[in-house]
Amino acid sequence: MNKQRVVITGMGVVSPIGNGIKAFEKALFSGKSGIKAMPELEEYGFRTLLGAVPEKDEHLLAIQAKYRTQNGSDMLNYALAAALDAWENAGFTVPDDFNGPADPDTGAIIGTGMGAVDSIGGYVVPQSNPKGKRRLRSTVVEQNMPNAPAAHVSQALGLGNRISAVSSACATGTEAIITAAERIADGRAVRMLAGGSEAYSPWSWIGFDVMRVLAQNKNDDPKHASCPLSSDASGFVPGAGAGIMLLESLESAKKRGAKILAEYKGGFINSGGMRAGGSMTAPSAPSVIACIKSALHEAGISPDEVDYINGHLSSTMADVLEIENLSKALNRYGPDFPFINSLKAQTGHCIGAGGGIESIASVLQIKNAMVTKAVNSRPLHPHITEIVDESRVPLKNLKHTVNTVLKTSFGFGDVNACMLLKRL
Amino acid sequence: MKPSEANIIDILKRYSFEKGVWKQYSPNMSIIGDLKINSARIVDIVLDVEDRFDIEIDDDSLESIVTVQDIVDVIEQKNKPV
Repeated sequence: MNKQRVVITGMGVVSPIGNGIKAFEKALFSGKSGIKAMPELEEYGFRTLLGAVPEKDEHLLAIQAKYRTQNGSDMLNYALAAALDAWENAGFTVPDDFNGPADPDTGAIIGTGMGAVDSIGGYVVPQSNPKGKRRLRSTVVEQNMPNAPAAHVSQALGLGNRISAVSSACATGTEAIITAAERIADGRAVRMLAGGSEAYSPWSWIGFDVMRVLAQNKNDDPKHASCPLSSDASGFVPGAGAGIMLLESLESAKKRGAKILAEYKGGFINSGGMRAGGSMTAPSAPSVIACIKSALHEAGISPDEVDYINGHLSSTMADVLEIENLSKALNRYGPDFPFINSLKAQTGHCIGAGGGIESIASVLQIKNAMVTKAVNSRPLHPHITEIVDESRVPLKNLKHTVNTVLKTSFGFGDVNACMLLKRL
Repeated sequence: MKPSEANIIDILKRYSFEKGVWKQYSPNMSIIGDLKINSARIVDIVLDVEDRFDIEIDDDSLESIVTVQDIVDVIEQKNKPV
């Protein structure tokens, strides 16, 4: 059977730089930072008192009220908002009730890195005593389980195809999109909502602080704390939110006259097995290179065709290694290297949601024929300028027909997820 | 209909997904069997009733609730002056 071509027909986002695609797009191209001082983290013993958390606006509150998920995790609430936005963005309507048959052709794969730590720690645990338990509702399980986002989206929209969560730490969002796209390509679904969602909780972030991988000595300068590609990088700034896209077969999109935002050409997911330099927290170079090459092979795209890379680039020492691996995998150096930037400079590292939110930023750069300024990238790390010409890391928004994007995501557990998106 | 019964129906309808069952409504209908409300949601209904009527319903009273009338009776009992 021939493989279906897969396109993106809708996108929805809840992010530290804005909720909803319109606001997000504006903030993306204006270089807006969503990173703020978070003095409340001091009481938990954090060294890094910074974070990037979406605003809980009226729209989010209305969704919580409609689906009665006020006591559920924000992993769930962000995902509901983003998924329903993507659905409407694609030209569909969100039903007012749960009547009628389920749609066997549409599913949802929405991942998370840390799960419902916010609501389990902040609501379920304190209520878990004989007196408190009385006030716990029957919805505790369904609103805190890792597949709560996918299950609630399924309920809201009546979806009858695969409904799952996937999880691969910081590679989660990208892995969800690749997995969903492959399902459509194989003809097992026509449409899939896919992406990731991550809640903010001091208890999900504290482990990163303990490891000293968070931005050091930048508490006084939140706007410049996340600086991917720069020699100033000292660790990442944790963030939260959700990024979800509607993937659809090209055939179905054409049939209903849908607006096509970009094509998913192919991707690959692999692991370094924590060998050959890889560890729980650091990638293995040969496996990263293999992942990139395999993704290009799956997509039927040659290394020379990539004109822009949306990197993982989390503002850590691994940024240099990522550039090394990219140049080796593509065999492109100096001025020949693709344009590159990282959304994490503006949104921080949204962990399980990162891959989803950043993929959306990639599609918006295709749509607008513009590569965004690589915020906070100067001074560039000297090892990076040895490999890549400065001109490839834009100092301001760059007008450029973005044809082929390579999106990379690397996660704890030595896991890699890379995919190719193309302008149609 | 007593205001308490009307309030209870209002609460129950929030957990009722089969709208047709209300056409033949009578207070002797069972919540799970006749009104087809998910048994897992009884605890939520009781919490809503407690909040709305400002009473506390102990586990024994909860377990005795089968019909709408049973909820009306429990509320009346809790509101009785000691």
